[in-house]
Amino acid sequence: MASNQEEVTLLGVTRSPFVCRVHIALKLKGVEYKYVEESLFNKSDLLLKYNPVHKKVPVFVHNGKPIAESLLIVEYIDQTWTHNPILSSDPYQRALARFWSKFIDDKVVGVTSKAVFTVDEKEREKNTEEVLEALQFLENEIKDNKFFGGEEIGLVDIAAVFIPFWIPMLQEVAGLELLTSHKFPKLYKWSQELINHLVVKESLPPRDHVFAFIKRRYESLFISK
Amino acid sequence: MSMVKVPLVTRMSMQFNKRTNSNPICMVKSSEVKLIGKWSSSYTIRVKIALNMKSLEYENIEETLKHKSDLLLHSNPVYARIPVLIHRDRPISESLVIVEYIDETWPTPPSILPSHPYDRALARFWATYIDDKWFPSMKCIFAFEAEEERKPYFEVLEEVLERMEDAFGKCSKGEPFFGGDTIGFIDIAFGSFLGWLSAVEQKFERKLLIEAKFPALVKWAERFAVDPAVKGLIPEADKLVELSKSIKWRAAIEKK
Repeated sequence: MASNQEEVTLLGVTRSPFVCRVHIALKLKGVEYKYVEESLFNKSDLLLKYNPVHKKVPVFVHNGKPIAESLLIVEYIDQTWTHNPILSSDPYQRALARFWSKFIDDKVVGVTSKAVFTVDEKEREKNTEEVLEALQFLENEIKDNKFFGGEEIGLVDIAAVFIPFWIPMLQEVAGLELLTSHKFPKLYKWSQELINHLVVKESLPPRDHVFAFIKRRYESLFISK
Repeated sequence: MSMVKVPLVTRMSMQFNKRTNSNPICMVKSSEVKLIGKWSSSYTIRVKIALNMKSLEYENIEETLKHKSDLLLHSNPVYARIPVLIHRDRPISESLVIVEYIDETWPTPPSILPSHPYDRALARFWATYIDDKWFPSMKCIFAFEAEEERKPYFEVLEEVLERMEDAFGKCSKGEPFFGGDTIGFIDIAFGSFLGWLSAVEQKFERKLLIEAKFPALVKWAERFAVDPAVKGLIPEADKLVELSKSIKWRAAIEKK
């Protein structure tokens, strides 16, 4: 094996919005990489070796060194392959990007899951309210910009890919109204721009595959009840 | 992209002073760097350590437990929580984001984050791990009455200590701190909780940071506490135990 050969591997599952973030970052940078599909029900030795702490995907391995946590991986990619920057060079803009990306993880992704995958109506209501509040903050933040990153997609857009692709499917399965053009016109417009961005389009998983998984998981809650 | 702009800072800080009767120093000039925080908050302590490392002067604005100031609500409308750093009238929230901002805005040594991207990723990983595991478990320990209910959270704290003992070996590479020969990102993220760790040990009469189990961490904690950037910032266990009596822990668990 040539010593100057870059070894780049991504361990993931097709349906994961977190894994999708890493695909986007790698494709934006034009980095060649090997993708390994994991099974979360039967975790490989490789996954357990590379992410012993959380045992989750995505895991990114560069020249034998593993990194876990999608947003950390995206920042690492940005710092290692410096063309087509994902983060601004200005410290204040970087701080804002990190703040909003974390906000999306804490207040949008996890909370939407809680709102959908529950049989408890009160839980559903409470979490739906929280998601709507969070989307309102993002509506206020996007203003009339094309992307959160400006003219080009940045860290926040990558972090938020969950919103235009996963939320519409989740809300359909659970009969919820979360992201609508009526409630959040500016965010909705942004979501369409993001979904149609060339690199994002290439990075998204097959819709049918994800929808089927969501539907199965949702229905299984009611079966056991 | 912007957060809410804070109105004229001098006006705001004078208003704030009237409300809380604290911090008389700030009245005269509008300083470039302000920190809204609490003496007891590990997250606030992180930011203070970072500011100290860079030898930065700042105006300390102490929030009270009971009543959130207008300044805080304006500066952090999303979470309405401390710490918030205000630099040139622009607010930044979330302690680890603030610490990175400080490191990038004032890049003079000592560096807080490592220079190599892989080491940076590792540093961020461990800091995030602490955030996800440590304080949430601590809150539950204070909130729950029954020992049985607290047990699983004590187990989480033990697990964190085990992992950090192991991580110390890998990150420090024989040097005194996670960051090497000077304190760094992981030291700040974890060390800021040493006060509350002692408070838990005292209140529940149970030693967690045991030398036999965690020899590297025990020595590291001693060195960390006396580092010039840290000295005086870690609150005494007595004071935190006293404070813990008036905190609504159950409510604290509810919100993230």
